[in-house]
Parts: sequence; C-alpha cells; structure tokens
Amino acid sequence: MKTDHDNVLEVEDLGVSFDGFKAVDGFNFYLAQNHVHVIIGPNGAGKTTVLDLICGKTLATSGSIKFKGKELRGLREYRIVRAGIGRKFQNPSIYENLTVFENLELSHPTGRGVIGCLMFRRTPAIKKQCDDVAEQIGLADKLDTEAGILSHGQKQWLEIGMLLMQDPEIIMLDEPVAGMSVRERTETATLIRKISKDRSVIVIEHDMEFVREIADRVTVMHLGKILAEGSMEKISQDPKVIEVYIGH
Amino acid sequence: MPLFFRTIFKTRGEAIAFGAFLLLLLVILPLAIPVFRLNLVGKYLSFGFVAIGLVLLWGRCGILSLGQGVFFGLGGYCMAMFLKLEASDPITTAIQSTPGIPDFMDWNQITKLPLYWEPFKSLPFTIAAIFILPSVIAFIIGWALFRRRVGGVYFAIITQAIALIFSLGIDGNQGYTGGRNGITDLRTLCGWDIRSENAQYILYFLCVVLLFTVALGAKYIINTRLGRVLVAVRDREDRVRFSGYDVAMIRAFIFAFAAMLSGIGGAFFVLQVGFMSPSIVGIIPSIEMVIFTAVGGRLSVLGAILGCLIVNFGKTTFSEAYPDLWLYLMGSTFIAVVMFFPNGLAGLLEKIPTSKSKFASLLARFQKTTPAVVTKATPISDEN
Repeated sequence: MKTDHDNVLEVEDLGVSFDGFKAVDGFNFYLAQNHVHVIIGPNGAGKTTVLDLICGKTLATSGSIKFKGKELRGLREYRIVRAGIGRKFQNPSIYENLTVFENLELSHPTGRGVIGCLMFRRTPAIKKQCDDVAEQIGLADKLDTEAGILSHGQKQWLEIGMLLMQDPEIIMLDEPVAGMSVRERTETATLIRKISKDRSVIVIEHDMEFVREIADRVTVMHLGKILAEGSMEKISQDPKVIEVYIGH
Repeated sequence: MPLFFRTIFKTRGEAIAFGAFLLLLLVILPLAIPVFRLNLVGKYLSFGFVAIGLVLLWGRCGILSLGQGVFFGLGGYCMAMFLKLEASDPITTAIQSTPGIPDFMDWNQITKLPLYWEPFKSLPFTIAAIFILPSVIAFIIGWALFRRRVGGVYFAIITQAIALIFSLGIDGNQGYTGGRNGITDLRTLCGWDIRSENAQYILYFLCVVLLFTVALGAKYIINTRLGRVLVAVRDREDRVRFSGYDVAMIRAFIFAFAAMLSGIGGAFFVLQVGFMSPSIVGIIPSIEMVIFTAVGGRLSVLGAILGCLIVNFGKTTFSEAYPDLWLYLMGSTFIAVVMFFPNGLAGLLEKIPTSKSKFASLLARFQKTTPAVVTKATPISDEN
C-alpha cells in the first residue's frame, strides 16, 4: 500500500507473540488525518493488544509503528504520549478522589517533569482550557464534583476530556460506550465526530449501530490478523466478515 | 506570601494545629521537662525527618520502603565521622600506637586514615554529604528499580535486603566503620561541646525548627501539582503514565527526597545522642520508622511527627518496665493501625470536626454533593 502524506499513523507488519502465541500478526494499519477509524472483531481478536502496541504498553516483536514518519516502536509510553498520541482505557481510568476540574488540570501538558510539577501554577489560560474541555464533554456544571461519584458514562467522558487536555493528534478509545445508556451512546457518538474534526481517532467497539454512526473506515480483526478493511457498507457485505463476526 | 501560606495550609484548622504543635515543642516542653528528657524528645524528633519522608513516599506515593534506616544511617555516619575525627586529634589520642586516627582504627591495627575519611575533616563537606549522599544513592537505587517497574512488595523486600546488607557491611568492617560498637565517644562540634546542657538545648531547638521547616516544605509539596501527581501515581499509575508523565522519574525523585530527609534526621540523631551504630540502620529500626509513620498517620505530616513522639515515648517507658513485652506491643499496635485505622492518629483526629469552619466546610461539601447524586441518578434509572 502506498504511503501518502495524509496518513498520520502507519503501522506495518506489526506483530507480537506471547510465549509463541501470536496475539497480533502481520498487522497493517493506516490512519488518515481527521478520520475515525474503528477496529472491530470478536473477543480475543487482538484489538486491545493493537492499541497496547501502538501506545507502548506492550512491546512489539516485529514490524514498525510510524507516527508522521517517526518510529514509535521501542519508545517509552510517556514519550509516545508526549509525541501526540492519547489513549483511553476500557474501564474508566480517572482520579476518583480529585474533582472533575483537577482531573482535567492534571492532564494538562504543562509541567510534566518533577520541577515542572513543583512550579506549576493555575494560569487563566489553563483554567480556560479546562472549562472549554468540560463544556465539550458535557461536564461543565460538574467541575467541582468529585470524579468518583460521576455516573459511568460521565466517567468515560471525563477520561476522553483528559485526553483532549493533552491536545493529541491521535486519540485511541477502547470501547468508549461499553455500559452506556442509549442516550449516552448518542452523545458519545456526537462527541467523537466533533473531536475528530481536528484530530484522528482510533476506536475499538462492539456495538455495530454505534460503529455505523461514527466510522469513516473500519478494520475487522480475527485471530490477530486483518480480515477485511474498508467502509462500513463494504465490510458489512463481505462474506468473510459475515461468517466470523456479524453473522454470529 | 499569603498565596504561599495558602498553598501550605488548606484550612485554618491545619494552621492552628501546626502552631499549637510548634508551641508545645518550642515553649511548653522545654519549660516543663528537664534537659535529659528534652534531649530524648530531640532524639525522637530526629526520626520525625524520616517519618515526613515516609508520608510523601509511602502515604502519598504508595511506595513502601523498609530501608529508610539506610539513609538515616548514611546521614548519621557522615556526621559521626566528622565528629569522630574532631575527637581524635593527636593530643587526645597520644597513647594510641598511631595518634590522630579514630580509636577503633587503632584497635584494628590500621595505621593510616583511609582516604575516604579525609574529606570529613571539613564541616561544609560533611553537611553537603549529609544532604547529597543519601539522596544520590537512593536515586540510583530507585531509578534502577522503578525503571524496571519493580514496585509494591518486591520493592519493600529489596529495600529491606539493602538495609540488611548495609548494616552487615558496617558491622563487618570494624576497622573502617567502628563495627558493631559503632562510632562512639563523640564530643565536640568545631570545639563546641555537644554534651553540655547548653548545647543540648540549642541542638533541640535547632532540630525542632529544622523539622518544622521540612514539615512546611512537605506540606507545600503535597499541595502542589507534584503532590497530586504522587497520589495519582499511587492510585492510577497507568493513567498518569498515559497522561505523559515519567512515572519512574517521579518515583525515583520522591524516594531520593525522602532519603535526603532521612539523612538529615540521622545527622541530628548523632548530634543529640552522641553515637552512631549499625543497630540504628538495619532492618528492625527501618521497620520501626514505618511503624512511627503508620501510627501517627501516613497521610499527615504532623501526624507522622506525633507518631514518632508517641511510639518512641511508649518504647522508652514500656521497654524499661517490660523489655520482653515491648516488641509484641509494638507489633500489635502496628497490626491494629493497619486493620482498624489505616490513616493513623491523624486520621482519627480529622474525623472530629474541631472548629466551626471545618464543620461548615463539611456541611457545604455535603450540600454540594447531594444534588449532584440525585440529578445523575434519575436519568440512569429511566433509561436502563
């Protein structure tokens, strides 16, 4: 496949094996600028592992991960984050004891070093950014609420907000609507469409309705390999996909 | 300045507690008890430095170190080496076969001062070493371990092993370290007799003032972004890492900082007690330091100091009366604290709303959170 300049992320021949078991094998993935690219597949297909490999949580055994032409493979997680890739976990991973505002503020990229943390001051610009992000994720009236008492959906949004604070070029979301109500799903879909206006988003999701709503492009994984790739219409008619996944 | 003040004390109650504690130690105790007892309090307070370090390291950042005695010992031995060299001038040690070297070296047939002892003839070097040596060593250990994601119980066990190695190393090198007896018979600091009553008063006050300066610094750190990141590392390590923080560096830093505080404590211990020995740096004292912190409250800076005073006071009193029972009593206190009040004495005290303002803030908090719970609870039950 040709590598044009519009791809922010180019993953080629990515593979990882755990004691001989190939969880991901020969995985190619091209993420276009400002696209929402959804990865689907049955349980155990290796979707979350792909995210782990991209963000450095798991070290790949083969292949390359290029972010705007720069190799990410082998970099430590925090370096990959600082390069501009944000990752949301499957279960909401937020700081329960802190308020919504403090959660957002702690995710602001200023002062990530030890000295930077000590010198950190809440400037009006930072405060404004927190307010703006809170507005975007629909938690503007919850800024002083302790994050632990938010509803499940609100926690998921807060974590997305924490990623937005970092202003990354790529956001990776692992099952963002799991456990959400119908209305919350719709709102999340709107949110994802909105944030993809100026950044690329990778989403792992099971809910086909939701995927249809948000996806510019879909990759189907099965047993660690790519089964099909293309638009939602195209892959939902692919007989291989229907056989292993949708047909079930 | 008011901003700085507000960064340190979140509530007026905290500032009042801090002031009252300082008043007790600086005015009431020196007037109420004889200098011998005051000197003992000073000794207890020298462990307070370690405890403050543990509040940041263990309470806030969740790293349990069972080897803080090593850093206490490093600071203490630096100070003791300086004092010992001063006490070993050629005239006082004229009866030795090699006059001018510490007595224990002479007993071990060492005829020349080892090279690494030489710089400890200088007080500025010694003071610098007290600050730098423990923190640099801790940073190297911490960096090596945290980079490899060693944490939790494994980290505790490794630090405990280091404490054992350190105390055995001192024990086994009698000629260079004074061995099991330690470095004893320390007399003067730049010609000033540290055993006199006058000096004991001055050292006590110096210790209290420095301890509370350190306490203010620790409270400051707790209330900056670094303090929040420490707690975040403890509770949500992965999230912190994926917010772009270098978790290993933050851990190594706070470990080094806690080690530096321990070193200062060790130096004050030596100044006030007049000796240093491996029995104060090994596994048991390291664990005792953790117990002081746990009993006082591992989240609270003042609580940790209080814990040092109370447990050590108990140790002195009970171990005189029932030497065999004391260790069991201390062990069960630790278990009781961990099981029933994990935030220690400070946690118990905080539960009592002491001042009107605190009660009001609690009330306000309650009122603020209640409607939030109600509004978000309704739509969920509707849609599910």
